[in-house]
Amino acid sequence: MTQTSKKKLFTNKDVLTGILNSFRKLSPRDQIRNPVMFIVFLGAIITTGIVTTEVLSSKFSSFNFQICIWLWITLLLANFAEAIAEGKGKAQAESLKNVKKETTAKLWTGKTHSPVPAAYLKKGELVVCEAGDVIPGDGEVVEGIASVDESAITGESAPVIRESGGDRSAVTAGTKVISDRIIIRITAAQGESYIDKLISMVEGASRQPTPNEIALSILLVALTAVFVLAVGSLKGFMQYSEVQSGAETSLATIPVLIALLVCLIPTTIGGLLSAIGISGMERLLQKNVIAKSGRAVEAAGDVDVLLLDKTGTITLGNRQASEFIPAPYANAEEVARAAFLASVRDETPEGRSIVKLADSSFKLRNIEFKDHSSRFIAFSAETRMSGLDLEENGANSSYRKGAPDSVIKWVLSNGGEVHPTTKNSVEKIAKSGGTPLLVAHNTRILGVIHLKDIVKSGIKERFQELRRMGIKTVMITGDNPLTAAAIAAEAGVDDFLAEATPESKMSKIREEQKAGRMVAMVGDGTNDAPALAQADVGVAMNTGTQAAREAANMVDLDSNPTKLIEVVETGKQLLMTRGALTTFSIANDVAKYFAILPALFTGLYVLNGTPILGSLDIMGLDSPQSAILSAVIFNALIIAFLIPLALRGVAYQALPAKDILRKNLLIYGVGGVIVPFVGIKIIDLIISGIGLV
Amino acid sequence: MQTETIFYNIFFFIVLFSLGYPFGLFMARVFEGDIPKRVSWIKPLEKIIYGFSGINAEAKYSASTYLLHLLIYNAFGFLLLFLILLFQGHLPLNPQGFAGLDLPLAFNTAISFTTNTNWQAYSGEVSLSYFSQMVGLTTQNFLSASTGLAIIMVIVNGLRNKLDKTIGNFWVDMVRMNLYVLLPLSFILALILVGQGVIQNLAPYVKAVTLEGVDQLLPMGPAASQVAIKQLGTNGGGFFGVNSAHPFENPTPFSNFLQLLSILLIPVAQVFAFGKLMKDEKQGFSIVAAMAVLFTALLVVSHWSEVSTIPTWANGVPMEGKEQRIGVNESVLWSVATTAASNGSVNSMHSSLSPLAGLVALFNMMTGEVIFGGAGAGFYGMFLYVILTVFIAGLMVGRSPEYLGKKIEAYEIKLAIIGILVPSALVLLGAGLGAVSSWALTSTSHKGPHGLSEILYTFASTAGNNGSAFGGFNANTPLLNVLLGVTMLIGRFVVIYAVVMISGSLAQKKYTPITAGTFPTNTYIFSVLLIGVVLIVGALTFFPALTLGPIAEHFLLLKGHTF
Repeated sequence: MTQTSKKKLFTNKDVLTGILNSFRKLSPRDQIRNPVMFIVFLGAIITTGIVTTEVLSSKFSSFNFQICIWLWITLLLANFAEAIAEGKGKAQAESLKNVKKETTAKLWTGKTHSPVPAAYLKKGELVVCEAGDVIPGDGEVVEGIASVDESAITGESAPVIRESGGDRSAVTAGTKVISDRIIIRITAAQGESYIDKLISMVEGASRQPTPNEIALSILLVALTAVFVLAVGSLKGFMQYSEVQSGAETSLATIPVLIALLVCLIPTTIGGLLSAIGISGMERLLQKNVIAKSGRAVEAAGDVDVLLLDKTGTITLGNRQASEFIPAPYANAEEVARAAFLASVRDETPEGRSIVKLADSSFKLRNIEFKDHSSRFIAFSAETRMSGLDLEENGANSSYRKGAPDSVIKWVLSNGGEVHPTTKNSVEKIAKSGGTPLLVAHNTRILGVIHLKDIVKSGIKERFQELRRMGIKTVMITGDNPLTAAAIAAEAGVDDFLAEATPESKMSKIREEQKAGRMVAMVGDGTNDAPALAQADVGVAMNTGTQAAREAANMVDLDSNPTKLIEVVETGKQLLMTRGALTTFSIANDVAKYFAILPALFTGLYVLNGTPILGSLDIMGLDSPQSAILSAVIFNALIIAFLIPLALRGVAYQALPAKDILRKNLLIYGVGGVIVPFVGIKIIDLIISGIGLV
Repeated sequence: MQTETIFYNIFFFIVLFSLGYPFGLFMARVFEGDIPKRVSWIKPLEKIIYGFSGINAEAKYSASTYLLHLLIYNAFGFLLLFLILLFQGHLPLNPQGFAGLDLPLAFNTAISFTTNTNWQAYSGEVSLSYFSQMVGLTTQNFLSASTGLAIIMVIVNGLRNKLDKTIGNFWVDMVRMNLYVLLPLSFILALILVGQGVIQNLAPYVKAVTLEGVDQLLPMGPAASQVAIKQLGTNGGGFFGVNSAHPFENPTPFSNFLQLLSILLIPVAQVFAFGKLMKDEKQGFSIVAAMAVLFTALLVVSHWSEVSTIPTWANGVPMEGKEQRIGVNESVLWSVATTAASNGSVNSMHSSLSPLAGLVALFNMMTGEVIFGGAGAGFYGMFLYVILTVFIAGLMVGRSPEYLGKKIEAYEIKLAIIGILVPSALVLLGAGLGAVSSWALTSTSHKGPHGLSEILYTFASTAGNNGSAFGGFNANTPLLNVLLGVTMLIGRFVVIYAVVMISGSLAQKKYTPITAGTFPTNTYIFSVLLIGVVLIVGALTFFPALTLGPIAEHFLLLKGHTF
């Protein structure tokens, strides 16, 4: 799967297949699934029947024929919306399927391996994969280490390391081993593998209507039922009024009443409802997040609490040097130079950050030292120091940086002394949540490096947005409470969980849920799996373990924990789009009444040649026929106009609920009343201008 | 509106709300069982009632059991009244010697009073004995009103309980409303009304000779006691056929003012009580505000129409169908109040209202009488609209809808829609069929759009459990008695069923804390949205019907055509 441009909503090819599929979806079996559109379907069939009889008895009415055509167009447009939303998912599924080519697995028997078609692999069997092999099934590395190209799934071209044990042991079918050799235990039977699941999710095969979608459908069906009654009873009221006013002809023919009914029932939202749902998952897909169900996407919109890992989400991956604090007898440049030398060959992120800081403060890049004579002392868990030994001015010179007690020990063993202020500086940094590193040269402690977590730029603003949306953020970290509090304050999270263990994460989630809140979290390790399963929305990193990916209800292919925030926004957007279009659809009815009813009532209570109810025709439409037809045409075309909105979702801003409501009410409620008045008038001008009626 | 009219109406509202608010707080305490001192002397009676009837006052019941108790109780009430009406000829206190009602009329009337509709296909003074009025009807006025009020506590329990299968005890809710709210208030009101000249006796009718020398029979009876509860309990069934237009029911301007006030007192107070019970009075204010805005707007339309569109003759005031002593403003105000509040008592003939004033009355009933509405019924009807509003608003803010911390899901939506739409469907079905069927057409007394309004009004009044009559429509035919009886029955109990079951479902849910992402229901935006939903649902459903009825009549009237 490659990342395609996200700018264009659909291509010409999408449109073409969409059109084809919208005809295919005219089958009763597809139509009955959507009760609102099914009424339109029935109406179109009845009208077609009437028009056909008229043609056969040579009483052809162009007006009825046009109503009939527009009813079918209404249906096709609704189908088209759904087809195009599905089509985009299908394209994505296709590219996933290509990944899942027929492969031959090397079944491992303990000493040798024998070829077996991947399709026959059973759960629990061992296979061996060497450089160049495609991994035949989802599994867990039980032996060895290898670099694996997972671009087929993630779109990320850099290979990743997979090794036995730990959190990087999961491998996915369809990915390719680039180097080395691993033995894998198959963990999923054929057809149930991760990629199979992705395909079925993307294809929407397992797409079940979400709770809100069901509730909304009930509302739409009920509204439809009421309008069926309203139009049905209107037939009675009109018959009464025709008798009372002595009208000779009646405009309330079956096609006209069907037209009125179709205009009134919520076809706009009814026609777009499934497209909205599909495109919600689709938008997540574009962000490279795969939701296992629509329910999960919807739940994301309701999240009250976000549990975020500190490292990688709130802070940059590693701690960085932020300051050199010299001992009273040394100056800052001396400290920087020593720190630079102690770190110049240190490839750890901390080491590089020290070099960077030293260079940017004192321009030490070009410092000269004889490379061949220097010896790098790498960090080890035992010494907890790193540094450089070299020849300087003809003497042996040793630079070290590291954990304070280790460095002190080293200096003392070299015969040096420790100044009392050293301890103070160290403690001060520790208290502020940072990590102090001592820098020493031979027998002298020169000063302290302040390593600290760097909060990602922009993340604080993100949290503020979330707070405005009513979402609480909780930072999860293995740090001690002191450090955690300092970072939490700097990042602006609402709460933190320090010295987190899988158990404490779990109990935090339970506690929040008990208070009625919906919790979302991101995780990747096997020990995250229970918490991911417990959370209402669990997003697993694709780089994570099989267990984590199984437990979560979403998978982030980019493995970017900050995505959680976007997932929440997509969930909200999904609901908002449904709500906005429902409001719009219902608000439209006002104008449609004002277009159709006066037209329908032209023959009633006529005084001196003017129908008394003509006063209701505030749009001044050309003729009764043109009024009715314009309303039907508007009703069909508005679906087409709103397809992009349904696919893209309404614009989302992080605002408190009441502000969002005010805004959407204005756009979709008030707008929904006004737009059709204008639209119907324009259509009326056009069709009466070109003489269609 | 003239200045004095405006002053009268503003004064009326000030008095209404300054009494309604404290009374709402009083009702809230009664609901909680924290009986206020002023009425605590009645407490022993409550205990005696429970002891006597074997009610366990501590028990809490599930929604379906609660509903069952309510239905048993109402069925019993119906049966009692039905039998009294059938056999009043053999019962005491019948000085005029009225025979029992015929079967369809007795059925219709018994349902009518059980369902708090008080649709009267009969005329009190020519068909009912004092026993029927006092033991039958007045008793039912209390029982039906307290049934409605009990539902408020069901809603409150539904919203307050967490992960709980129970929603309260119908017997306790109902008994408390009777003992501490309806009885004392009716007693006081009846006394004042007697002071104003409303009659209260058991004497036979009086024969009198008018100034013209013609014999006249003056009906007598225990009117005051029934009038008090008919207004307070939003029942509306008059002692006499012409209801509160009759001088023995409503003799003075002050009695008129008091009765107007008592039509709306409990409907207003109950919403304040809800806010208090939910421990957030603003929740009540936002709903009351929506109701008040709707009421005012409709009153203005009605009044404007009445004074500006009816062609006036001799004295420049449209007085047809109105009592000279009551006048235009108080008739219009009453017509809006009585239809808004599911009361149904009248002090003028609604058939003679100008078309758009008639439309306002119709619209009030068609929306399900939720603009203040009936005792209990107004609030629980509005609660269904609140559910619908919250659902749409929730979707629009991108969060699964919730009301006061309870998630609104498919089940609640389904029931709310049933509760709102079944009465509407009854009106459309009944009137739509009636408009082309002889069983309804022969009962109309006018032609043209006015005739259609009569039919619409009949079904709106019965399906909405209002009970007021448009006048002119002869509803006392066997077929209509049965048909309208069934309409009233469905209109009442389907809504109650929906509300009780929703509450039962809400009680079982957990509580979701309110965050900035939650759509707040105690602000003006909510009130605006609620108004919008009530108007849109009502308008979309009934616009075609109303256009061919009152709106057509209005335009014809402007051109000088009357029916």
